[in-house]
Amino acid sequence: MASFKPTKIQVYPKLGEKVTQDTLYWKNYKAPVQIKEFGAVTSIDFSPVTPHNFAVTAFTRIHIYGPFSQEPVKSFTRFKDTAYCGRFRSDGQLLVAGCEDSVVRLFDVSGKVALRLFKGHTKAVHLTDFTSDRYQILTGSDDYTCRLWDIPNATELTTYTEHTDYIRCGVTSKLNRDLFITGSYDHTVKLFDARVEKSVITMDHGQPVESVLLYPSEGLLVSAGGRHVKVWDLLKGGQPLVSLKNHHKTVTSLALSSNGQRLLSASLDRHVKVYNTTNYKVVHNFDYAASILSLGLAPDDASIVVGMTNSILSIKHRKNQEDSKEIAGQQRRRPSYRVFVKGKNYVPKQDDYLVSKPVKEHLAKYDKQLQRFNVSKALDTALGTYIRFRKPEITVAVIKELDRRGTLKNALAGRDERGLSQLLNFIIGNLVDARFTPVLVTAAEMILDIYQSVIGQSPVVDRQLLRLQDLVKREIEFQKDLLEVLGMLDTMFASSLPRKEVPCSGHFEKERCKF
Amino acid sequence: MVEHGDIRVVHCGGSKINFRDPVITHDSRFLLCASGEAVKVFSTSTEECIHELRGHTGLVTGVLLRPSNHLQVYSSSLDGTLRLWDFTDGILIKTCVIGYPIYSFYASDKHENVIFIVASMPKRFQLVAVHLPQSGDQMVEAQELSAVLSGVNPNPAAIAFGRGGEFIASVNDLQLEVYFFKKQKSYRFFLKEDNKKGGWNTFTCVACHPKDDCIATGHEDGKIRLWRNFNHKKEYTYSTLHWHHSTVSSLCFTPEGTNLLSGGVESVLVQWRYNQESERDFLPRLGGAITHITVSPDGSLFCTSHSDNKITIIQSCVKVSAVIQGLVKGDSIRTDLMMDPRSKALVLNGKPGHLQFYSLQRDKLLYNLDIVQQEYIHESGLQQFEVVKAAFDASGSWLATVEERHQKAAELELNLKLWAFDEQTQSFVLNTTISAPHDAQITAMCFCQPTDSQTTLLVSTSKDGHFKAWQLAAPAHTEGPSWLCDFVSAYHGLVPECCSFSADGSLLAVVFQEVVTVWSPSTWELLTTLSQPPGAVSDLCFGRLSCSKYLLGTTASNLLCWNLLTCSLEWTTSMDVRRLVADPLSENMAAFCYQSGSTDLFVFKPSEPRPLFSHKAVCSGKVTQAVFAPREEMLESCEESSQWLNRSQLYFLTQQMDLMTFTTKAEEDRLLASSKQLVIDDSVAMTPFYLLLGKHRQQQQEHQDSDSSLWAERTALPQTSASMKELLQTPAHVLPSTSYLCSMFVQSLLISVSDARSAHAEEEMESEKEEEDSEEEMESSRSKPELAAAAATESDTPALTKAQARELRRVRKLDHSWLAGLLDS
Repeated sequence: MASFKPTKIQVYPKLGEKVTQDTLYWKNYKAPVQIKEFGAVTSIDFSPVTPHNFAVTAFTRIHIYGPFSQEPVKSFTRFKDTAYCGRFRSDGQLLVAGCEDSVVRLFDVSGKVALRLFKGHTKAVHLTDFTSDRYQILTGSDDYTCRLWDIPNATELTTYTEHTDYIRCGVTSKLNRDLFITGSYDHTVKLFDARVEKSVITMDHGQPVESVLLYPSEGLLVSAGGRHVKVWDLLKGGQPLVSLKNHHKTVTSLALSSNGQRLLSASLDRHVKVYNTTNYKVVHNFDYAASILSLGLAPDDASIVVGMTNSILSIKHRKNQEDSKEIAGQQRRRPSYRVFVKGKNYVPKQDDYLVSKPVKEHLAKYDKQLQRFNVSKALDTALGTYIRFRKPEITVAVIKELDRRGTLKNALAGRDERGLSQLLNFIIGNLVDARFTPVLVTAAEMILDIYQSVIGQSPVVDRQLLRLQDLVKREIEFQKDLLEVLGMLDTMFASSLPRKEVPCSGHFEKERCKF
Repeated sequence: MVEHGDIRVVHCGGSKINFRDPVITHDSRFLLCASGEAVKVFSTSTEECIHELRGHTGLVTGVLLRPSNHLQVYSSSLDGTLRLWDFTDGILIKTCVIGYPIYSFYASDKHENVIFIVASMPKRFQLVAVHLPQSGDQMVEAQELSAVLSGVNPNPAAIAFGRGGEFIASVNDLQLEVYFFKKQKSYRFFLKEDNKKGGWNTFTCVACHPKDDCIATGHEDGKIRLWRNFNHKKEYTYSTLHWHHSTVSSLCFTPEGTNLLSGGVESVLVQWRYNQESERDFLPRLGGAITHITVSPDGSLFCTSHSDNKITIIQSCVKVSAVIQGLVKGDSIRTDLMMDPRSKALVLNGKPGHLQFYSLQRDKLLYNLDIVQQEYIHESGLQQFEVVKAAFDASGSWLATVEERHQKAAELELNLKLWAFDEQTQSFVLNTTISAPHDAQITAMCFCQPTDSQTTLLVSTSKDGHFKAWQLAAPAHTEGPSWLCDFVSAYHGLVPECCSFSADGSLLAVVFQEVVTVWSPSTWELLTTLSQPPGAVSDLCFGRLSCSKYLLGTTASNLLCWNLLTCSLEWTTSMDVRRLVADPLSENMAAFCYQSGSTDLFVFKPSEPRPLFSHKAVCSGKVTQAVFAPREEMLESCEESSQWLNRSQLYFLTQQMDLMTFTTKAEEDRLLASSKQLVIDDSVAMTPFYLLLGKHRQQQQEHQDSDSSLWAERTALPQTSASMKELLQTPAHVLPSTSYLCSMFVQSLLISVSDARSAHAEEEMESEKEEEDSEEEMESSRSKPELAAAAATESDTPALTKAQARELRRVRKLDHSWLAGLLDS
């Protein structure tokens, strides 16, 4: 007496992304903390010293958040207009920020009032940064100039007027106090050397440059502008290395993961993409609710901070090891665990006789109904809301099994308006899925056969039948087009292949005859 | 042409065991069933065939326990004889010649020495009562025949005895006829052809209640009717039970009449409570459709026969305790005959959706491999998945199967499955399922042959005009290795019919109707094309070993042989080859040619012009399936004509689905000798008595072997041991008192001398006095009979007194063998 063989659910290959080390790593973040700011968050900068506070520039304020607090530990509000680009000095003591009113302000992190005001620019300053010797400030402005300032006496040292459009981004070298890079809306990225008072290398990005980033080794430069992210080799004099086009809107911000192995880019298309820096393939992707303007990554990837146009700041903290340990500890403390494990860890001795217990078979509900030949009920079960939407392959497998048993017609017949419309909905939703088409076409034909006498009695069903008709029409059109393309491709392939003569017995015989 | 001297075509195993209902013996230890021209005796506990009762020359049509002796069994056959057997020892006791082919037969307790047979008299079948003549002869002829009923159904299920033989019920078409033996009167009841709901009322089987006046009949529409009050023409009643959805094929009451068992196409054994018919028990999914149901005389075992040549033994409707499975022969073998390289078993279609592995050496079904893995729905007219193609790779570690289901309305459903051999479970485990591997039916499939190669390659050809190569892909990081399509190709839109790899795997030949294309599997390059119009090539074979440069093909009218080195036709002969098979162990090839209604066999080497062996008219009809099976041990025949059978054996299937093979004379002799030596006695339980008697018997045999002269002296021993055996085997509670028994026993031991004693009675009377005198001497001589016997050799010595001499004479005449026997044991 064999046991009942359950319905075979076809396993389809999993489409979409595979689980890789990267997905696991980048998925290991907690649910984001969302903080509402006063305006669009334009800049996020992490303090280089512990506890790695970060400065968030939004509208006329700069807030400084601690690594765990959701309230700002400090805020600078003495701006007359929109503030831009709040950046920490490498010792974390000073903070510089530009402003729409063209004045650059320097703050002590612990103070409130600006220590110095740098006046000289004529338009909004979008770029501010400290040089690596900590005594100078780099600024870039919408008046097409970038300037170097001396901190102690607040005087302008040099002005560079090589750009021909707004300067919106830039970065200073961490290794050389004289080198800095600016990106401009004139599509160029320029490397300046303060010692020669002019640009050393000019790279053409092709789009207005929104963000630049230097690798820790400072041999490679990454620039973002338009939909492109480009990597340049500075040691080869600014030779383009890679051009990435993975976003479908302007890329606004760049960041490097702390070990320099992954590059992150944020864009107005609401995605943050993670690239592998060895082969520049996208390895992970984050989705956000609104267009992203700024992106910050804490040292050791402890948190990802994203600022968006809807003035929301989203902070994702990394799940730490202790949390997961804690969960495991809780499980071990559960009393039921010991109950379940009881006797399971018994190691059999040599002379022990194993008394096997019959394994109880668990059948799915539709299988139990199929076993009792309750075909209509089995189909109803398979059309239940959860299965229908989440696991359509089960519904299709049951329909297929009913068809194999020759009872599909009985199962489909005798349904009321609601049941029928549910069934038709399912068919309309899945008919064009190539995996399910052969089965569902049979079912659809049967439904039409069974219910053709009642067509016109229910407006709901009629509408669905019309939808089904449209769907089939459209699908046929698609198939036609595809076949045409296939035919074209075939002719192209055929003409491109070299013609090769195949030796054939006939030829040999002919040759023999000649001899 | 070489003559086929001593090579013979023989049937090979796998006869039907579900032809007639089996019989379970009174002690429930044996099961007897008709199987071809023999009756097979199976053990109900071990499922082994203990022995075959051979002797009939026609198909055996029934087996029945003798009502008066439960250790004997009758069997009937189409050869017109009834035979009586002792089934425990497998001895033919009596043969009764009837003279008519017997289709079925019945017996009952009430009618001693009468057997009722169904024989085909002119025009119609008749139930005839046969009085068995009482004579001691081995061969008797039955003269007393009297017809009981005429126009009966030859199906054995259509007639049954009621109430221990008071009446007999017979069904035929739409009529139930009950014949009362006492009144010599028969009643007939008719049903309408079909009822209102469109069911068919035709009777299919009948069973009678053993105690009650009740007849159960089964019908084609799945109904069971219980007839009562049928000894009145008008006032009869019947009630209807309906569970089966199609024909009820068998009905049976349990011996006490408490339950009624029924079975049919659904393969569900239904147990109805008698008089409480709403209560039913079911035993579902027993296998193929149930054809017969029988119950053991004590009611503890049920036994069902199934259409897939299977007998299931069930312990009181709860548990299947044993399954006796024969070779399953469906209507057609869609897969070719194949050999499993590992188990050397023959592999072919079995139960629906299964492949069966059949051991040819042991004539036993090893196991069924479930290919389709779907619940089988027992319903006629339903399109099921069928296994249509299967292929093994050379080492037997991979099996590829193709299953298909073809419906009129829907499109073809096709699955290609790859099975890996699992060392641990010693069976095949599903590795990859490829649904819809091709757009149309797969015409052929083969694995790449070489054993040393790392990659395994499978090529499938399909009616959609393509052939595809499948390769084992590297294991993914989560799962093991799986199969992927490696290459797809077509040739001018022609349909590929068959494919074959060369022995070393370096060439692949695919036939596209009239054109043979040769490919290189390593580069997938078309190397050459061969063709010899007219006629499409239907079968293809590469030569092996020294003939590996040849490629053979068959067309409807020709056998073609190409030389692959010159790419030209080497030779051709005109014959209609239906099947071409290559021996995997030698260069030999076998071609089955169809010629004017029968099939001829030619065995040849591609390189030699003369065939090695030819056999005209191997069988009638076409042979489309054949296979070479490697032998377990090589034969050492030196005759030229039978040398091709040395390393492997050729099996083929005839059009009638009979499995045949070729044997040589020497092989048959050897088999016969070995079968005599073989004694299967594992059915006897190991009880202390068995140990005692078994040892005894063993010792007897040893004595027999070692010292035959000694044996001759003790001729009385078997008698003694037989009486002992009887004493030991009879249950203690039926034995008389021990004192009575003891004297009987002793007398039985002394019985051989009683005659001598009476002869010498006078003498003894005369010498009574002297006897008293010499009592002392007698005592001494009795206590040492051996010594006395030894002394008796010198009886002529004058030193003995008269009395002593007489005593000696007496002692000499006494039989002491019983003592010897006791000492031995």
